[in-house]
Amino acid sequence: MKKAAYSFPEEVLEHVFSFIVSDKDRSSISLVCKSWYEIERWCRRKVFVGNCYAVSPPILIKRFPELRSVTLKGKPHFADFNLVPEGWGGFACPWIRAMAGAYPWLEEIRLKRMVVSDESLEIIAKSFRNFKVLVLSSCEGFTTEGLAAIAANCRNLRELDLRESEVEDLSGRWLSDFPDSYTSLESLNISCLGNEVNLLALERLVSRCPNLKTLRLNRAVPLDRLPNLLRGAPQLAELGTGAYTSEMRPDVFSNLAEAFAGCKQLKTLSGFWDVLPSYLPAVNPICSQLISLNLSYATVQSPDLIKLVSLCEKLQKLWVLDYIEDDGLEVLAASCKDLRELRVFPSDPFGLEPNVALTEQGLVSVSEGCPKLQSVLYFCRQMSNAALNTIARNRPNLTRFRLCIIEPRSPDYLTLQPLDDGFGAIVEHCKDLRRLSLSGLLTDRVFEYIGTYGKKLEMLSVAFAGDSDLGLHHVLSGCDNLRKLEIRDCPFGDKALLANAAKLETMRSLWMSSCSVSFGACKVLGQKMPRLNVEVMDESGPPDSRPESSPVEKLYVYRTVAGPRLDMPGFVWTMDDDSALRIS
Amino acid sequence: MLSIPLAGISIPFLSKKQNQRANITLLLLFSSVFNVAAMDESSRNDMKLELRLAPPGAEEQQHWGFINGIRTTTTKRDESSVLSLGYFPHATITTTTTTSSSSQAAALPLHNNNADKKVANTAVPNTSQKRTAPGPVVGWPPIRSFRKNLANSSSSSKSPPPPPEHHNKVVVGGGGGGGGKGMFVKINMDGVPIGRKVDLNAYDSYENLSNAVDQLFKGLLAAQRDSSGGGVNKLQEEEKVITGLLDGSGEYTLVYEDNEGDRMLVGDVPWHMFVSTVKRLRVLKSSELSAFTLGGKQDKDAT
Repeated sequence: MKKAAYSFPEEVLEHVFSFIVSDKDRSSISLVCKSWYEIERWCRRKVFVGNCYAVSPPILIKRFPELRSVTLKGKPHFADFNLVPEGWGGFACPWIRAMAGAYPWLEEIRLKRMVVSDESLEIIAKSFRNFKVLVLSSCEGFTTEGLAAIAANCRNLRELDLRESEVEDLSGRWLSDFPDSYTSLESLNISCLGNEVNLLALERLVSRCPNLKTLRLNRAVPLDRLPNLLRGAPQLAELGTGAYTSEMRPDVFSNLAEAFAGCKQLKTLSGFWDVLPSYLPAVNPICSQLISLNLSYATVQSPDLIKLVSLCEKLQKLWVLDYIEDDGLEVLAASCKDLRELRVFPSDPFGLEPNVALTEQGLVSVSEGCPKLQSVLYFCRQMSNAALNTIARNRPNLTRFRLCIIEPRSPDYLTLQPLDDGFGAIVEHCKDLRRLSLSGLLTDRVFEYIGTYGKKLEMLSVAFAGDSDLGLHHVLSGCDNLRKLEIRDCPFGDKALLANAAKLETMRSLWMSSCSVSFGACKVLGQKMPRLNVEVMDESGPPDSRPESSPVEKLYVYRTVAGPRLDMPGFVWTMDDDSALRIS
Repeated sequence: MLSIPLAGISIPFLSKKQNQRANITLLLLFSSVFNVAAMDESSRNDMKLELRLAPPGAEEQQHWGFINGIRTTTTKRDESSVLSLGYFPHATITTTTTTSSSSQAAALPLHNNNADKKVANTAVPNTSQKRTAPGPVVGWPPIRSFRKNLANSSSSSKSPPPPPEHHNKVVVGGGGGGGGKGMFVKINMDGVPIGRKVDLNAYDSYENLSNAVDQLFKGLLAAQRDSSGGGVNKLQEEEKVITGLLDGSGEYTLVYEDNEGDRMLVGDVPWHMFVSTVKRLRVLKSSELSAFTLGGKQDKDAT
């Protein structure tokens, strides 16, 4: 490589670069000049691929030959809600195979919404000598046999996190496959598993790993085994309980309370399935040190929740069911002044009538009382423009605001008007808003607000909203930092999409389902924009068996340097140049 | 409607039929826009050579040109050469009426195409209507499957709930559910090649499940009839409601395979028992049912 007239030799530059960790900054470095590009790519150790189809394994490996950590995301976000049919894609295998060959020193693999097979897990287990971290978030396709391979072979494993994945749980035996000599576990999350793991093996594992900081159990771990586990790991910082119920015996409670009290570092609690309310106070000894509490499976009533929450003065993050009600949120607002994130989930999402006294007022209280509140996810059954306005003015520091009013197209319940102005106030006042989810009755006007004020917005989720293409046009033309846009059941169609085709190359992806985008427009878009993959999903048959003007079921558009993907199932069609010939 | 001589545009790599289709598409695409903006005659003449959609007077606006009937190639400079739509045609500003006083955002004039959309302008008290139980909308409300049915599977009352179920069989725990049901099962229907998955958590009764199956498949079934019948523009094909799934009275019957591989009629056992043993669902033609002896082990088919 030619040496330009630099003051610094390569090694020095490399050393300097090693302090730059953010992906964005790394990318900027690589654009300075050719030699910096070269140096940077050889010393890059960590890569994040937000859409596994935006690039391909060979491309990644060619550019970054020395990676130690790879993060990949597969399916679009709406897959979480069953909108992406099975078999759509996001297969991890080709990536894992390629990386097994290219990166013998790979240490970390993090996958989200991908399909992972047991075979892939076996490849991981056998290929990477220094493998340390495996995080499978909302993944599927593997069984406990694959986990057994990991347990048996990864001598240096530090982290095994299966959060929210769908695992075919054949038996709990796999945990015993960690050899007795294995002591390096720092984080274990098996909360998604259905069957009981071998409890003795678990206890032994936990007690022989001195660096274990995170332990998230599954529901099948009975409460009376918890104290033993805790005593084996007093250094624990994050705990997810199993089922939080047992026969009412006085010794169980005191045992539990004592065990909790012994965990001086415990800061995060989750789990709490099947909660027996009288057992909740067992965590009281550590409430004052808790910063994160996930009670979103705890089906207990407001008074019990209030008693718990009011003791957690350092709480920064609370996930809870709407059983907490407005009263509980008021107590939260008064007690937890350090709260940064609140998520309130619906206990009865499909019920038509409210089953709890949770309204917009709860959120207003929290917005008033918690000055550091940044992130909100709130399910409720009524909302008003006035409340949204108040929330916006109280909390201009909001960065994530996701509101789900359960009944689609619900208007302001006081005025019966659309909620345009309320959400408008949110985007106008919360200047650093990066993520927004809309719900309720909304016209094109709300999108005008969003396009005008949502300059920092990166992700927008829209459902059952808008009147015309104008709405979509406002967003695509106004939101300068938009990366992900997902839309369902909105009357948005061809005009706005085609008029803003160039915008789509600046975004990671666009999802539109049950909208009014015609097949013809998809073809035009695919042909016009070679650096976009325009994928049409239609389970009722090939889209060209219907008129060009008929709307497509689902449309997923994403930028890519890898060209159209080759692993599409029968119900996905790509609208690329040569596919126009292929379809006919 | 504006007449735009698009018939003469030929896109080289498409067949004649596809060209015709493309032209029709483009016509449909642009015509409604042109309805909005009253273009003058000279502009219309321009259209013969060049499709250009821009606010009147915005000369520097990028355009996507079909020049002389040949698609312009996409060069780097053409990156921004896409359709740009002028939404600020004239002074026809129809803002939706709101009662709010804080509407400072009226900087952009709006043209509300849908004057017939009354919803935004009038107070439609849809919340006061009596609502019958609808079938669940797919993916709404947007919560993960392992968060559904919490109120049912775990008692929120004061009495201690029963100890957690202990399955000895294969359990697919989804997300945070571990044993607590995030239950997707495959469902196939006779005559529909692509199977679906249903989340049994979303339903608490056979009736709801039956409704959901009807919703899932009636569209697909109509489409299958379309394509088998030659597939030309049969959009009016009626989507027949699928009824009688549970009592044998309909054209189709719902059956399931349980954890022992036996094929059973759906509806015989209590709902929660069904949910804990079902592995797979099938919607069979009722006429074919006699061919299957229910209850014994069946030949497993390839799907």
